[in-house]
Amino acid sequence: MDFLNAIVALSNFVLVPAIAYGSQLALGALGVTLIYGILRFSNFAHGDTMAFGAMVVVLVTWWMQSVGISFGPLPTALLALPFGILGCMALVLFTDRVVYRFYRVQKASPVILVIVSMGVMFIMNGLVRFIIGPGDQKFADGERFIISAREFKQLTGLREGLAIKTTQGLTVVTAVIVVALLFWFLNRTRTGKSMRAYSDNEDLALLSGINPERVVMYTWLIVAALATVAGTLYGLDKTFKPFIYFQLLLPIFASAIVGGLGNPVGAIAGGFVIAFSEVTITYAWKKVLKYLLPENLEPDSLVQLMSTDYKFAVSFVILLIVLLFKPTGLFKGKSV
Amino acid sequence: MSDTTRNTLYFAAVAVLILGTGVLQSWNSALFILNMGLISAIMALGVNLQWGFAGLFNVGIMGFVALGGLAVVLTSMPPAEGVWTASGAWKILFALALGAGILLATIFTRKRMDKGRMRNLATLVLLVGGFFLFRAVFDPAVATVEAMNPAANGNIGGLNPGGENFKAHGWTTIVGWGLGGILAAGAAWLIGKTALGLRSDYLAIATLGIAEIIIAVLKNEDWLARGVKNVIGLPRPVPYEIDLQQSATFVQRAEGLGVDPVTASTLFVKLNYSILFAIVLAIIFVMSQLALKSPWGRMMRAIRDNEVAAEAMGKDVTRRHLQIFVLGSAVCGIAGAMITTLDGQLTPGTYQPLRFTFLIWVMVIVGGSGNNLGAVLGGFIIWFFWVQVEPLGLGLMHLITSGMAEGSALKAHLIDSAAHMRLLTMGLILLLVLRFSPRGLIPEK
Repeated sequence: MDFLNAIVALSNFVLVPAIAYGSQLALGALGVTLIYGILRFSNFAHGDTMAFGAMVVVLVTWWMQSVGISFGPLPTALLALPFGILGCMALVLFTDRVVYRFYRVQKASPVILVIVSMGVMFIMNGLVRFIIGPGDQKFADGERFIISAREFKQLTGLREGLAIKTTQGLTVVTAVIVVALLFWFLNRTRTGKSMRAYSDNEDLALLSGINPERVVMYTWLIVAALATVAGTLYGLDKTFKPFIYFQLLLPIFASAIVGGLGNPVGAIAGGFVIAFSEVTITYAWKKVLKYLLPENLEPDSLVQLMSTDYKFAVSFVILLIVLLFKPTGLFKGKSV
Repeated sequence: MSDTTRNTLYFAAVAVLILGTGVLQSWNSALFILNMGLISAIMALGVNLQWGFAGLFNVGIMGFVALGGLAVVLTSMPPAEGVWTASGAWKILFALALGAGILLATIFTRKRMDKGRMRNLATLVLLVGGFFLFRAVFDPAVATVEAMNPAANGNIGGLNPGGENFKAHGWTTIVGWGLGGILAAGAAWLIGKTALGLRSDYLAIATLGIAEIIIAVLKNEDWLARGVKNVIGLPRPVPYEIDLQQSATFVQRAEGLGVDPVTASTLFVKLNYSILFAIVLAIIFVMSQLALKSPWGRMMRAIRDNEVAAEAMGKDVTRRHLQIFVLGSAVCGIAGAMITTLDGQLTPGTYQPLRFTFLIWVMVIVGGSGNNLGAVLGGFIIWFFWVQVEPLGLGLMHLITSGMAEGSALKAHLIDSAAHMRLLTMGLILLLVLRFSPRGLIPEK
């Protein structure tokens, strides 16, 4: 019984949150990695792209709520998602046309593009704050829990409860669908194949008649969709606040680099590696150990390896270890 | 138009902008812009050393700036009472030394042992065991220090020799500026040792992370500088307004000039700061200029332009990169210490990457990377706009919305949001300069 309680406590506080957070990071990291693979620069504006997409979703959700459209037990935000994706696509295509294309034609060095993306980051960040303000915004509705801690206790008779929030379940399901669609697109369709070819070897792809502008356009469209989905899921699960998305940049980049920049499978793996390490290292293990250890060995302290505020440090240390010992990441990424 | 005339014109324009603020708004805000402009110019010089001279992409400036601020607290506050005991602050220092020792032992072991499973196992045992040992010594010591008079202190304090009368020892803050440079340099050396071998994108992410970690440490380690409870009332290297207002000679002189003594005292204090900051800026500027023109500076630019060729000529690229990374970070640390002195308090919660890292980058790019004069100019101009865009934006919004109906929701929203015009404007300036004048206002020669 104690063993079961330990497992339930572990799932409740570590596994479930980490899986949800990992899915969100993986979606974000996929966007970064695609940009890196095709356009060959680290996009510092990605966090703010997520914020912009999520903002459109929030606005449309509010409108839907005000006219009484709802999605039953699921959050209305899911219905608003397509509008958010369209809005975000329009924005990134516009930025590409007005800002990035000039440097692409010039064949500017990647570091210049990174600095340009810093400028875009400022503008998008300002835009989001300008439209929706810098504060916390609530837009989640529908059922709060798939199963709440109390129901679970009644159901199983265990002392520990397991709560799964709707948003957590939704995050995982959506992430799986999106990733499946993405891989189907990259591996099965003509456009997807041309994208992979372009990423592998630009010159060879150009020689075989692939239109680079088309590849770039599709990349931006996919990235916009991924960013909006990731941003919305994160906002539903935790909270929507423009500044938070800027701070997500670090764990997202860490995930993409740990997995191997430019490699989609790596981005997903990296997202989960980062999420699990952040959660396990900042979790107070006392509750789980209480069940597992004999009574006289029970720990007095919280057995928390690091305070939660150091979660950046965790992603960073993992990043550094991977970079020092396996510079191309866990899955072979590009090294330019 | 020759370069000299053009540069003179640029700086004259800055002077006009600042004087204009004085005439149109108030001399207090003009001097505020001048003081922070001087500090921004120093930060821009530091970043210019790294990016302009050597092409190093450092986006962790915020961290070094915050370390400079920490140094001011550590030098200028008096030591906290009753904390420096064998079970308190000394034990913390011992624990930190122990932690460093464990890391060194791990590195040493890894160097001595052959590759393989045994080495990985030894590393793991040393690190995990060492971590728990460190926490076992460190945690109780921290608890002791933080329990000591938590309402006012709860930290270790600083090195100010004045005791009760510590505010009279304002010179300690100036020592703090130097220590800020040293502290930032030390951190930069550690970071550089591990991360400088990486290519530019990775270095950028690594430095971004380091800066966040430094801020997290400042926020959470209350024993160090009280964390988010902030350290306030730092001593000053300049007189206090209240003392000036009570001094008969000062009041007499102010009235002789026809200025109200209260205003005169605030202006006098700010002017004193301006002089101090200008001296530091002048010293750092002259040194950077000498460095740029020296063989060392030429070597740096050669490395920046073609690493492979420079390496083939026998230059030790990694070492030179480390050197300039440390130097540039030290300059940022000095500037950070000056900011904390000017504010009179250390508030870790206010450090944000957009303001303390990316804004400095805008300054360097707009001013002209690789040119010290350009960096200084960029520091002043961008700082001026950063401060003034808010009132200007508000005016613009009032103008745009003047045709709208009173009380319309859109009008209210637009006027409320004017404060966020800042980021938009900065991004726009950066993109426009990068597109149409990528070498900046004063290009590198």
